[in-house]
Amino acid sequence: MSGLTNGGRPDQAAPVAPAIELKGISKAFGPVQANKDISIRVMPGTIHGIIGENGAGKSTLMSILYGFYKADAGEIFIHGKKTEIPDSQAAIAAGIGMVFQHFKLVENFTVLENVILGAEDGPLLRPSLAKARGVLKQLAAEYELNVDPDALIQNLSVGHQQRVEILKSLYRQADILILDEPTGVLTPAEADHLFRILDNLRREGKTIILITHKLREIMEITDTVSVMRRGEMTATVKTSETDPPHLAELMVGRKVLLRVDKKPATPGKNVLEVRNLRVVDDKGVERLKGIDLTVRAGEIVGIAGVSGNGQSELLEVLGGYADGTGEIIMNGESLDLTGKHSDGQSRRARGIAHVPEDRQREGLIMDYFAWENAAFGYHRDPRFRSGILTNNRAMIEDTERKIKKFDVRPPNPYLTAKNFSGGNQQKIVVAREIERDPDLLLVGQPTRGVDIGAIEFIHQQIVALRDEGKAILLVSVELDEILSLSDRIAVMFDGKIMGERLPDETDQKELGLLMAGIEGDPDKPLIEAVDEQLHAKEAREAKKNG
Amino acid sequence: MDRMPAWADAVLVPLISLLLAAFLSALVIIAIGENPIDAFKLMVDGALMRSSGWGYTLYYATNFIFTGLAVAVAFHARMFNIGGEGQAMIGGLGVALVCLYIPWPHWSLALLGSCLGAAIFGAAWALIPAYLQARRGSHIVITTIMFNFIAAAFLNYVLVNLLRPVGAMDPATAKFPEATHLPTFQDMFSTAASPMFRGAPANVTFFLALLACLLVWLLIWRTRLGYEIRALGHSEPAARYAGINPVRTVIIAMLISGGLAGLMSVNTTQGEAERLILNSIEGAGFIGIAVALMGRNHPLGVLLAAMLFGFLYQGGAELALWTNIPRELIVVIQALVILFTGALDNMVRIPLERIFLAFRRGNS
Repeated sequence: MSGLTNGGRPDQAAPVAPAIELKGISKAFGPVQANKDISIRVMPGTIHGIIGENGAGKSTLMSILYGFYKADAGEIFIHGKKTEIPDSQAAIAAGIGMVFQHFKLVENFTVLENVILGAEDGPLLRPSLAKARGVLKQLAAEYELNVDPDALIQNLSVGHQQRVEILKSLYRQADILILDEPTGVLTPAEADHLFRILDNLRREGKTIILITHKLREIMEITDTVSVMRRGEMTATVKTSETDPPHLAELMVGRKVLLRVDKKPATPGKNVLEVRNLRVVDDKGVERLKGIDLTVRAGEIVGIAGVSGNGQSELLEVLGGYADGTGEIIMNGESLDLTGKHSDGQSRRARGIAHVPEDRQREGLIMDYFAWENAAFGYHRDPRFRSGILTNNRAMIEDTERKIKKFDVRPPNPYLTAKNFSGGNQQKIVVAREIERDPDLLLVGQPTRGVDIGAIEFIHQQIVALRDEGKAILLVSVELDEILSLSDRIAVMFDGKIMGERLPDETDQKELGLLMAGIEGDPDKPLIEAVDEQLHAKEAREAKKNG
Repeated sequence: MDRMPAWADAVLVPLISLLLAAFLSALVIIAIGENPIDAFKLMVDGALMRSSGWGYTLYYATNFIFTGLAVAVAFHARMFNIGGEGQAMIGGLGVALVCLYIPWPHWSLALLGSCLGAAIFGAAWALIPAYLQARRGSHIVITTIMFNFIAAAFLNYVLVNLLRPVGAMDPATAKFPEATHLPTFQDMFSTAASPMFRGAPANVTFFLALLACLLVWLLIWRTRLGYEIRALGHSEPAARYAGINPVRTVIIAMLISGGLAGLMSVNTTQGEAERLILNSIEGAGFIGIAVALMGRNHPLGVLLAAMLFGFLYQGGAELALWTNIPRELIVVIQALVILFTGALDNMVRIPLERIFLAFRRGNS
């Protein structure tokens, strides 16, 4: 990130109207006050970060600015002019563009078709497409926004799809860009490229609002940062005058340990051995291409990688709900990978507990009470049974105990899962799995969408389980998490393990290269090497898709 | 929480929906030149004010409880079983075979046997769509509705060609033996001094329906199987994660559903007609969908909704008998009730939710 400069910015002391000024914005959903009297000024030609925990109200605020919600109170000024934004059409007309966390692209359209979608000049497509082609070429040259205009979206990498989203906004003449958690799905190198694009945009006088929960990104690219907590804007500071611990404190409202305190590991015998594990998905694509991996008692093995490179499939096979070939040996015994004993129940019986990657899709039944969820997967335990009926009393008491131990809030077992915050939902899952005293704990994205306070707690619980001599396999797309928790790191790319490293002997850069499938060529500039790889992958996939 | 209290959701919403349906029905009755208040009185008189009226209302309600429960159980696994009609028809075949070909000494044993026959035949008819859905992904709505037609044709064939007594003109089986006849409410509750439920078809099967409500409630909320069925219904990925076998669970849920639909035939075939006729189901399988919808797939709700539809059926018959309101209008009224309580649920719920929230904000 050394290449970034903040040069070329207009002098903020000059009497320039802010590009965006929000005054006293409030928004309530029922009794929940999502935004409380929020005021903010974003100067033109700057990158303004908005940081805050999940549920702090960042997305609501941006949705108001983009016309998805109507504020209960407050005013919006764009370039000094009071503006009403009743819908997204008005936002686009006011020069605001938004890049959502989940892209809004038509998968089987080309880049060009996506760019003109909704901004066609007339009933005939040809003139619009020709015009867009020209504009895209120019934008590509100006901002390093290179994308093949004729490629189908479904054949593009995530990083390139994101560029298309940015191009869409620029094509609609946006001079204010809002990016919602833009790096969540990117490799470090792709994120670097994105930041260079943003830097170029800033230099050309565009205004950018960057919503993120990653402190590092805020420090790296923004000029000013606003912190949100529980619907309120708690502080707006110059980035150069703050540091991560201070920001974290502002976000959470108390001092936070950003590093995990842990003793060196004392690994014991092999608990899990994976040999030449292969998985073919139902479309016939090979997702795991021969994985070899060992996890020993008393150690945390972290799997790093950009999401979608086979980590999910690895967890699914280990957890017993996807078929595979090869060999998985648990405590010296081979596991059934395709047959009758290849299901979640059999795996649990073998001492494998699993905190799945997506708690809302897999780990919990969102409409079940906390007490029903706290037994989920273990509901056939004889403890929870009386005769042919379930022993709900026992489940509820068990839940009350877990809630207390894991400080789940609110401590009410009769609440449905969807009424808990992300962090507390995750605590329910983690409590359920850890309290079974497993030999091996599979953990997928343990802190995705979890607030900083709960992250700290969940990390401590995982380390404590390791210290009890249990084996832990951690999958995470957050490199910081992998680096701070793992005793050994394996990097996955394209269904293979690219290499193993010790956390003390590696860094973000080296892991980033491995995550992009490059086994290290120090002479080549990082970005070029990564782009090359991605292009090669796209070409391969395009060929495969015919 | 931006929610209204549970009692409002469970009681107020259906009640208001009903009132709306009643209001529209009244408009229709006025439009054809009758007095809606008189009509309503007549319905209540005919269906609820005399014991024989109750005898019909409860007879219809029994049918709707079974088919409503059938839809409800399947729906907890997110299976939309609209094949209750066909499953009940085939269930009727089971009842007929059991009653005709096994020499029963007493009606109570015959009832056990026919229940078993009805449930097994009904479940078997649900098995094929269930298998096709679980294994092959053929949509259950399509397959079950097709199976209704197949059932009708199949039953027609069996009655005309196989079970029709020699020389009989109508497509029906012979009368069941005396020993299999179920006691009606008239038999059970009349004394010499005060005859009750005279001539009404309600019979002991009604109590079976109540028992079924209780058992379904236990199944869904108090057993592991129910826990797994509901889990699968809410989220298949989560069910797979927990080690719940989706194929097996879907099939079991559909078998139970089909079995319940089949049980309805005990009421119509053994309880009322005392022989198997071609059209004994009379759309009760479809009414079951509305009943489950209105009863929120909860056995208690199903019971209440089934009573309501029983009342509409019997009251409607009275209307057709005593006024110039044509039989078709009764169908219109029933359709309005289904429309408002089922399909237009949100039309009432959302404004009501707003009112509640406004109140709460006003108070706090």
